[in-house]
Amino acid sequence: MVENIAEKLAQKQREISVAEFFEKNRHILGFDSSTRSLITSVKEAVDNALDACEESGILPDILVQIDKIDSNSYRLIVEDNGPGIVKEQIPRVFGKLLYGSRFHTLKQSRGQQGIGISAVVLYSQLTSGKPTAIYSRTGKTKDAHYYELVINTKTNEPEILIERIVDWDRPHGTRIEVEMDGAYVRARKQSIYGYIKSTAIVNPHARITLSEPNGGVEVFERATEVMPVEPCEIMPHPEGIELGTLIKMLRYTERRRLTSFLTNEFARIGQKTAKEICTKAGIDPDVNPNDLSREQARRLRDAFKMVKIIAPPTDCLSPISVELIRKGLEKEYDVDFIATTTRDASVHSGNPFVVETGIAYGGTLPKEDKIDILRFANRVPLLYQQGDCACTHAVERINWRNYDLNQAGGSGIPQGPAVVLVHVASTNVPFTSESKEAIADIPEIVDEIEFAVRDVARSLKNYLVKQKLLAKRKEKEEIIEKVLPKLAEKVAEVTGRERPDIQPIVAKIMGNVLVQKKIEQANGGYNVVIRVKNYSETQKDFNLHDYSQLEVENANPKPKIAGSNGTFDNVWKVSVRPNGEKKFNYFVKITEMHFTDPVVEGILAEMVTGAQALQKKRTNE
Amino acid sequence: MTNITEKKEKARKAKEKVTHEKLLGIVEALYGQFKDEQIPYYMIPTRTKLNLAYNDEAEVWVYGDRESARSCKTVRGAYSLLKTSYTIDFLKKQLNENRSSTLRELYYISEGWKLAKFREQPESDRLIEDLEIITELQREDFHVRPEENGATIFGPLRLKENIERRGQFSERIIHCVDDVGEGGYQIPYNVDNIEFLEHDAKLIIAIETGGMRDRLIENGFDTDHDAIIVHLKGQPARSTRRLLKRMNEEIKLPVVVFTDGDPWSYRIFASVAYGSIKSAHMSEYMATPAAQFIGVRPSDIVNYDLPTDKLSDQDIKALQSELTDPRFGADFWKNEITLQLDIKKKSEQQAFASRGLDYVTDVYLPERLTEMGVI
Repeated sequence: MVENIAEKLAQKQREISVAEFFEKNRHILGFDSSTRSLITSVKEAVDNALDACEESGILPDILVQIDKIDSNSYRLIVEDNGPGIVKEQIPRVFGKLLYGSRFHTLKQSRGQQGIGISAVVLYSQLTSGKPTAIYSRTGKTKDAHYYELVINTKTNEPEILIERIVDWDRPHGTRIEVEMDGAYVRARKQSIYGYIKSTAIVNPHARITLSEPNGGVEVFERATEVMPVEPCEIMPHPEGIELGTLIKMLRYTERRRLTSFLTNEFARIGQKTAKEICTKAGIDPDVNPNDLSREQARRLRDAFKMVKIIAPPTDCLSPISVELIRKGLEKEYDVDFIATTTRDASVHSGNPFVVETGIAYGGTLPKEDKIDILRFANRVPLLYQQGDCACTHAVERINWRNYDLNQAGGSGIPQGPAVVLVHVASTNVPFTSESKEAIADIPEIVDEIEFAVRDVARSLKNYLVKQKLLAKRKEKEEIIEKVLPKLAEKVAEVTGRERPDIQPIVAKIMGNVLVQKKIEQANGGYNVVIRVKNYSETQKDFNLHDYSQLEVENANPKPKIAGSNGTFDNVWKVSVRPNGEKKFNYFVKITEMHFTDPVVEGILAEMVTGAQALQKKRTNE
Repeated sequence: MTNITEKKEKARKAKEKVTHEKLLGIVEALYGQFKDEQIPYYMIPTRTKLNLAYNDEAEVWVYGDRESARSCKTVRGAYSLLKTSYTIDFLKKQLNENRSSTLRELYYISEGWKLAKFREQPESDRLIEDLEIITELQREDFHVRPEENGATIFGPLRLKENIERRGQFSERIIHCVDDVGEGGYQIPYNVDNIEFLEHDAKLIIAIETGGMRDRLIENGFDTDHDAIIVHLKGQPARSTRRLLKRMNEEIKLPVVVFTDGDPWSYRIFASVAYGSIKSAHMSEYMATPAAQFIGVRPSDIVNYDLPTDKLSDQDIKALQSELTDPRFGADFWKNEITLQLDIKKKSEQQAFASRGLDYVTDVYLPERLTEMGVI
């Protein structure tokens, strides 16, 4: 698609004026409504600024300012602290369509075809009739250059109106000022505010200052000082390459031998693999690639699929990383829970790609609405055509009820206080159209997105299950700590009887092991009964300790007596099945009983009611 | 007089003893459960329309066999049990001191109960109903009475009202036209203190709205048709329903009910004739199965071409709910409700004024009453 339109444009540039081209294609370039035109302009300028800063290792500090001129026209200023543009290039970067440094490289970057910023210049001059102003400076010791220019719509060449050296307080960077027709909205996701906010989430290393027409200034502060890893350029990978592209590569290569062409212009093909490919294709390895026929090219492409070729290198990609997505979501949303994931790199049509997702839940997010899906391609927010996008389709085909979110009818976008973020990074993100707002439904990509979204959804589910258990536990605690004692007190008062022991009920409600010690005076001493009842759902094995001042008599069953440091530590091994009950009796001949609670060992404290728990020897539950 | 007082005093004491025992029985059961290591609970019939059963003998709808447990296993249940025990404690003391309180007062008294405090009055009202169901007694037995709702009777009826105040009993004889003003005789909350002495009436007409009641009185409907006019005042209080039932059974007069033509009004009729969902445990005591519905019927809206309003979403939901309410199971109601859902319209009873102020008393009511075989 990219190549097609580029070729078409190249052919027609002399026949039709760029203005005409723009008019015909403004919808695919993102200038179809006055609201969107303003957003697209901001987007193009900010994307360029971020790319420029990152390429030169500068932490981006970007100003976006929108001033209202009259009811439907605005002045847009975007200023960055990037490396600046050398003087000679300035007019062409801004004043010539299809001029850019990233046109034919395979590398993860925001802008791809160089239509972007010059289209903004063109739209501006077509709607306002005014030239674009540019400041740029490449270093402290260099001059700052000021230009006012328009695009000559007949020749697609920049026309410089003013060119001079000026004073500028920035040591390096670029500033563009354009006037254009537009409309400024704020309240929805598809707005400049929404775009900047989304951009801030996936570019946590950037500081962006937004000055709005109403005078409000909001700084989207950076959450990290660490620059993203600079993506590198790679050769195309043979897997899935289109025949047309291959033919073009064969035709224009300067390599003289086919094997040399294969090893040098593709990733992951060595001498051995190159020969194997030639053999499978039935083509002489030493033939000049320029001479290959269409049929031979087709056989060559088929042969790519017959030999085993290692997946393309993925270090050329720069994912945001799980930590930074978390930080980004954290700083822009007030939520209770965040999960993020970065998948391993995969390949579509020979292009490596990485999917990253994040989910934010709870807090101040609206509880009843459909969830928001924040879509990003190479760190650029996608605002329009949500319904056509692979990200949306992947989210829609998940059964969210399995992950404890509501989903009317069991399909589609779920409802609940959640935001899902999807980032696809690739050397070539396949879009459904040139406006680059929706990622195409390439099966490999949709699957990867689905896996990645399920990943974070699973974490969310785990969190929600834990929350539910916690709530249930809390609820039970409220019953046993607040209500039950009061109820026991009241029923005793009304019936005029002694207050009942609530411990057995507590054990039953909590599903615990009840340990109850009863003491009765008899025959110049005391009879002691310890009753153990298992109200839990599993068998419980533990040691029961009861301390006495003297040695016990008539014990049934007999305890083991451990260390007698003034007191006797009577120990029984206890094993009770669910709902089972055990009793331990003994007698002590003593005039004054010193009462202590029994102690259990080898069982969790929260599983016992009526006894202290020693935590040392824990059985594996 | 002292003799009567003594006799009544004795009967009251006996009744109080039963009440006392039954209420205490609930708390005793809870106490026993604590002792038996059972999580405290009690059972109560499910109070929804799904648990209404027809009682062939009394020809009214009462609660069926479905029961639900209220237990300390849940927070709600635990609080409910706590509130029950506090309320019974209060009722016990009130009975011992021979005092009484209104439902509203009970709600305010709970202010001092901390955890056991009621959140709103419907909650305490409902608990008193629950206690009625469990003990098979009436709230009057607990010395709890409702607020007066001001429903009235007007018509050729002489009655005797027995009055007790501060332990003293007295009687008063009242004629419901001659001895009262235009407002009529106000129905007391304890209708069983009334005796019917004599009457000149052929029918009893129960009317939903005050405006229509006044229209009938102004137009002399009571004298023209020998009618006792009862004002229901919206959803009728228990005392009004009990009075209608007693008049129907004791002085053998037919009862007809005249309401607006909307789903809420049909429920008014249903609670008079078949018993209400909320107090189905009292149906045998309060429902008048012989009561007949005059209108406004949805077919009247069509036949008399009445001015209408559009059904609201709530109206439609209420009508649909009535289609699954066993009390509206008869073909008459199925047809009328389906018709109304079809025309999506409702009319008030006062809509007849569009045909002139006398139309309702001179034409509509006589036509309907003849059709129904009442006159």
